[in-house]
Amino acid sequence: MSADLAIDVRGLVKKFGKKTAVNGVDIAMPRGQVWGFLGPNGSGKTTTIRMICGLLRATEGEGKTLGYDIRRDANEIKLRTGYMTQKFSFWTDMTIRENIEFVARLYRLEDSRLRVDETLEKLGLTDRQHQLAGDLSGGWKQRMALAAVTMHRPRLLLLDEPTAGVDPQARRDFWDEIHHLSLEGMTVLVSTHYMDEAERCDRIVYLANGQKVAEGTVPEIITRSGLVTFRGEGQGVRRLAERLKGRPGLDHVAYFGSALHVSGGNAAIIQSAIADEAAHDVEWNEVRPSLEDAFIAMMAEAGQDNRVHS
Amino acid sequence: MGMVASFQRVIAVFMKELVQMRRDRLTFAMMFGIPIVQLILFGYAINTDPKRLPAALLAEENTPIVRTLATALETSDYYRIILQTDDPRESSDLLARGEVAFVVSIPSGFTRGLIRGERPQILIEADASDPSASSGAIGQASSILNQALRHELTGQLAHLQSSPSPFDLVVHSKYNPEGITSYNIVPGLLGVILTMTLVMITGMAMTREAERGTMENLLAMPAAPSEVMIGKIMPYVGVGAAQTLVILIAADVLFGVPFAGSLWLLLLGVTIFVIANLAIGFTFSTVAQSQMQAMQLTFFFFLPSLLLSGFMFPFRGMPYWAQVIGEAFPLTHFLRLVRGVMLKDTSFAQLQAPLLAMTLFTAIVMTIALLRYRRTLD
Ligand SMILES: Nc1ncnc2c1ncn2[C@@H]1O[C@H](COP(=O)(O)OP(=O)(O)OP(=O)(O)O)[C@@H](O)[C@H]1O
Ligand SMILES: [Mg+2]
Repeated sequence: MSADLAIDVRGLVKKFGKKTAVNGVDIAMPRGQVWGFLGPNGSGKTTTIRMICGLLRATEGEGKTLGYDIRRDANEIKLRTGYMTQKFSFWTDMTIRENIEFVARLYRLEDSRLRVDETLEKLGLTDRQHQLAGDLSGGWKQRMALAAVTMHRPRLLLLDEPTAGVDPQARRDFWDEIHHLSLEGMTVLVSTHYMDEAERCDRIVYLANGQKVAEGTVPEIITRSGLVTFRGEGQGVRRLAERLKGRPGLDHVAYFGSALHVSGGNAAIIQSAIADEAAHDVEWNEVRPSLEDAFIAMMAEAGQDNRVHS
Repeated sequence: MGMVASFQRVIAVFMKELVQMRRDRLTFAMMFGIPIVQLILFGYAINTDPKRLPAALLAEENTPIVRTLATALETSDYYRIILQTDDPRESSDLLARGEVAFVVSIPSGFTRGLIRGERPQILIEADASDPSASSGAIGQASSILNQALRHELTGQLAHLQSSPSPFDLVVHSKYNPEGITSYNIVPGLLGVILTMTLVMITGMAMTREAERGTMENLLAMPAAPSEVMIGKIMPYVGVGAAQTLVILIAADVLFGVPFAGSLWLLLLGVTIFVIANLAIGFTFSTVAQSQMQAMQLTFFFFLPSLLLSGFMFPFRGMPYWAQVIGEAFPLTHFLRLVRGVMLKDTSFAQLQAPLLAMTLFTAIVMTIALLRYRRTLD
């Protein structure tokens, strides 16, 4: 067990009744980094994060967060982490200022008045501080939540899909803020479904069906997937997609914007498949597989679509 | 056609409600639980013509005739003599604490006076703070006693049987001599209103957090369960204080209820009682899954409180099992306290039992609340 690990958990298992939501997850995350936490719906991201910050008791497994035992020292962990929940969980019947003030008081911040003013100022919500938090738009709610959970300068930040439902510009701003916080020394674990966000992380952990199926930097994961991807562009791709899907040797066929990506483990097979469906209005090029291609292939490799809808 | 379509949609909504109703176990249980409780309480526990009320016999002499009278009262079904004494302090203390509804006093020399035809006095002191409780027994007293003497006064003494009756029955209604019902009801209402509102408000306290999803945030921040509980309860102690003030003023201004005892003693009692109710409400809110369920639990607690505490119906007139259940509710003890202080000027020493009972209740309930409070989302 190393002292410079912000999160160091092994064999985390969480069962809800008969259902196993998380099944033996290990995470060893060094301090000061930004990690992405990915995986399909119901793969256990939220559940894992909750165990890391002491909000759920692990059925099995053990570990430390910021050097504190996740089972015994939940209170110490709570004092030093900021956890932004997937669903907005601030008080919608209190104003923005009242919410921020409440948080400041609970953490017993010194000069809390000043800190609240600062936070509102930095957020750009000084003018609207007396508006009910429930009346904020989705993007602003997320920004307010981020400000609230970072106000006590936590050493570890756990963000659960902080940018879901946020517009592209606001998403970019949000990520700039995350990197800024990271530069200030915070360790950040962010769960997300967006590949562009994943690419901004130092490292990513990919869960499927409660298990960790991949971990590494983005290039590592792509390389390890051993994929070859061809990109087809042009008028005729729509026609081709249906015909290419399901052909042996093609792991997946998916749109990427208006282009079609065809990926598989063997370049020759893909090339012959493309040649079979030759069309004068589609131009094919081999491209570097994207992270998304890698994930889709990984899920397919696991033998099934592991998504759990609930 | 339109009718059929409409009917199908009605069925769709109906089915949805059935499904949801089935999921909500507690609500489902309450739908049957509340009527059953009500039936049992109204049907069995409540007695508007209370019998077997506890009484003390203060007999300064112990002759066969006195014993006959005592037996007659006992067998009449209206009186249950729980103490026979010759010390008036002992009997009046019992009356002040509300442990007996009557003190029947037979003075020394009663038997001799009776035989001489001097029509000696029998004094019945009744606790009229609850007028409805004592009236039946008082009304019957004269005929019960006369009946008993008729069997005793035979032979030489037969002439005493002629009317007027051979003794002089004096009834002394204490604490509320005119038998004004509002004197009894209004102080009681203080307890009822505090119970109803405070249990309900705090019942929502945690359920609201859980329902809105803010619970996760609260749990993620550093606040101990006891801190959350006390913080959530505190504002309502103020609410309880304001309600008390309003009711006490109304009692005086609108109903002219006398205030015989110590205001401080009353405030001490109110404080403990308010905290007891807030604690039970908080406990409910750790049990209930939704605000709706919290409401139902409140009602489930409130109903027997109201019926078994002695507010609606005389406590001592209920069957023994109902009295035992009644003792478990803080309202029962609060009613003894508030009526004692306001109407009887009962002393602190005499009110230790209800004060202790309410404190004990609070301690137990708070412990349960803290044990039930979820520190995690499990
Ligand atoms: N309190 C609970 N009780 C029962 N099952 C639960 C509970 N919380 C989560 N689950 C189940 O555990 C599994 C993992 O859920 P979790 O919320 O961790 O997934 P996730 O990766 O965060 O998904 P998403 O991307 O949709 O947020 C799901 O199948 C979910 O239904
Ligand atoms: Mg989630």
